[in-house]
Amino acid sequence: MAARSTLTQSNMAGWGFALPAFALLAVFIILPFFFAFAFSLTDQRLISPNPTRYVGFENYERLLGMNILRIEPARDDAGQIVRDANGDPTYPRVRTFTRNNPDLPHLQGMREWFGWRSGDDRVVVLARDVLFMKSLVNTLTFVIAIVPLQGGGALLLALLINQRLRGINAFRAIYFMPVVISIVVVSLLWRFIYDGNDGVLNNILHGLTLGAFQPIDWLGRTDTALASIIVMSAWQAVGFHMVIWLAGLQTISPTYYEVATIEGANKWQTFRYITWPGLRNTAVLVFIVITIQAFALFAQIDVMTNGGPLDSTQTLVFQAIERGYGKQDISGGSTIAVILFFVVLAISLVQRYLTRERT
Amino acid sequence: MIKTALVAASSLVLATTALPALAQTELTMWYHGAGNEVESAIISQIIDDFNASQSDWTVSIESFPQESYNDSVVAAALAGNLPDIVDVDGPVMPNWAWAGYLQPLPIDQSKFDNFLPGTKGIWDGQLYSIGLWDAAVALYARQSTLDELGLRTPTLDSPWTGEEFMAALDAAKASGNYEYALDLGMAWTGEWYPYAFSPFLQSFGGDIVDRSTYKTAEGVLNGDAAIAFGEWWQNLFTGGYVPGTSQDPADRETGFIEGDYAFSWNGNWSGVATIEAGVDDLVFLPAPDFGSGNVIGAASWQFAVSTASEHPDGAAAFIEFATQDAYLTAFSDALGLAPSTASAAAATKNYSSGGPMEVFFGLSNDQGLVRPVTPGYVVAAKVFEKALADIANGADVADTLDAAVDEINADIEKNSGYGH
Repeated sequence: MAARSTLTQSNMAGWGFALPAFALLAVFIILPFFFAFAFSLTDQRLISPNPTRYVGFENYERLLGMNILRIEPARDDAGQIVRDANGDPTYPRVRTFTRNNPDLPHLQGMREWFGWRSGDDRVVVLARDVLFMKSLVNTLTFVIAIVPLQGGGALLLALLINQRLRGINAFRAIYFMPVVISIVVVSLLWRFIYDGNDGVLNNILHGLTLGAFQPIDWLGRTDTALASIIVMSAWQAVGFHMVIWLAGLQTISPTYYEVATIEGANKWQTFRYITWPGLRNTAVLVFIVITIQAFALFAQIDVMTNGGPLDSTQTLVFQAIERGYGKQDISGGSTIAVILFFVVLAISLVQRYLTRERT
Repeated sequence: MIKTALVAASSLVLATTALPALAQTELTMWYHGAGNEVESAIISQIIDDFNASQSDWTVSIESFPQESYNDSVVAAALAGNLPDIVDVDGPVMPNWAWAGYLQPLPIDQSKFDNFLPGTKGIWDGQLYSIGLWDAAVALYARQSTLDELGLRTPTLDSPWTGEEFMAALDAAKASGNYEYALDLGMAWTGEWYPYAFSPFLQSFGGDIVDRSTYKTAEGVLNGDAAIAFGEWWQNLFTGGYVPGTSQDPADRETGFIEGDYAFSWNGNWSGVATIEAGVDDLVFLPAPDFGSGNVIGAASWQFAVSTASEHPDGAAAFIEFATQDAYLTAFSDALGLAPSTASAAAATKNYSSGGPMEVFFGLSNDQGLVRPVTPGYVVAAKVFEKALADIANGADVADTLDAAVDEINADIEKNSGYGH
């Protein structure tokens, strides 16, 4: 009852304080979301003299349309399978099925996303928008890799700096520094670090291995580009989450640690049975925040790779902006934004469910 | 006491400065050259001269950095705040004209008869924009390199064929003197790709869209000629002739000058700097001919009048004033770009007869081909850029070009044919 009366008494003041934040959220987050949802059902362009038309779920179909095609191997006149030098069967090109093929009109314009061999046949998964599918996979890969890397790294740093040592503030400042620097500046600097010829990273590896290491074009190779961006992004924001962990660490009462020492617990036991349970709520916050931020991956891509090489670093937000502004297709960009919203919402709900208070 | 004196003084100042403005109508102008001091100085000079030359109009300028200029204009148009005069990049002009941002220039087209073709922005049969200069691209080489490798010097009348061009690259590669035989400028992402590389595709016989209808890219961007182009393009990278998409922008600036690259595909705006950096036997070679003629991109930044302008006659008066030979010469001397008229070229340092960059004027005049004149170009250019980068990185040629065609066609369809 007491809580309720305080709330009623300070209701006006409370709303007054919250109002600016609510107004900003409404104008810059909630309203644009409804706009995005509305635009995703139309053919809205950024600039166009043509009137906007309602197109239903066409934009969603264009993005999400998929199909499976089973391709039989090419056969010669005698009906024998044509095999290449390795003895593998050869197949007609996918484009013979998906381009101007009157028998398969529903596959028109689709492209191969990935495929595998099944017996002598080849099974190909076709997507109407392969670029979107790749962006989705890259974004999810980024999220799955960065959550443990950034969250764990931040916790480690927080444990290290949560000590009373001379000059510990200098370390805190150093670890926090990348957070204060603009992500655009950080990305530009890391481009030099990752440079394929004489980048800092290549030079260090070259020196450490006494010249045995061959320089790698980190951002120019499909197998290293995304990983390079993951490492750099984890480094950039690790300081921010370190501070949150540190705040959590300092809420744990020192008496628990004293008890642990008296009971003769070792360092690992202290962490496992005192520190970690004490950080429960902090952990939920840190992991949800990292997940949501990770889905918004854009600036690093825009500055460092532009989605390349070969779409290995395309992400959903990069594609949304590229389509909405670069290609003047507001409806296409909005559709990606709406899909991204539901993906993030679903994942956040699952995370909340998994980390709920169990009584 | 002091306060009153101040107020009196300031109102006096206001009155005296406001008086002439009452007689003259103010025109606003937006320009893309913020950050370039030389360019800003010339454009300010033109405006001062114009304002002093007559008493009807006074032009005031606002400059934007080039990277964000187009976005600013689009945002202003959406918000209804366009200035009277805008400058516009040639290939983007049809998009803005179609969207209703620009009005046809209220100037008789015959006034610009002697202008280079690429400097005239014509959409739907009407002149919308006019440029004070044109940009041109050539193959930079050292005469000493040509002599050393025993190569014929190509000319406009008899350019290198595709085979000769590849033989030249092979010779440069085999000499072992260069890190790469050719520098295409892959570090310059953005409009450079369609501007500098689509002429190769056109020389193979393909194009970005079918210019007879502007309704489809099918058959031109993924036909046999385009696939031949794509395979040639990919071979430049897999064969190790050219630095790839991850080229360091600094290497692009200095690689040719330092002798790391035997040839460089570069614009006339870099010519003066390259000569000044010490390449004294620099020669500008015309684009090779891959079978369907040798072409280079044309059209650079141009002036136009926005639909928001209430005084198109004033804006037109300014544009006519700015397109005098004296100013074309001034821009050319300062920036190294090709002036729009032959008479202005004769007065320039670099393009006059015997000048170091004279050849570019001929290149622009003979080889210049504007990028597809369609509002859809803005999107097609981005699709083309990505396709070229992907092919350079090893993507399947036919599949990549198919995908590009589908995307361009879907965009044309989504825009009900862009008014063609």
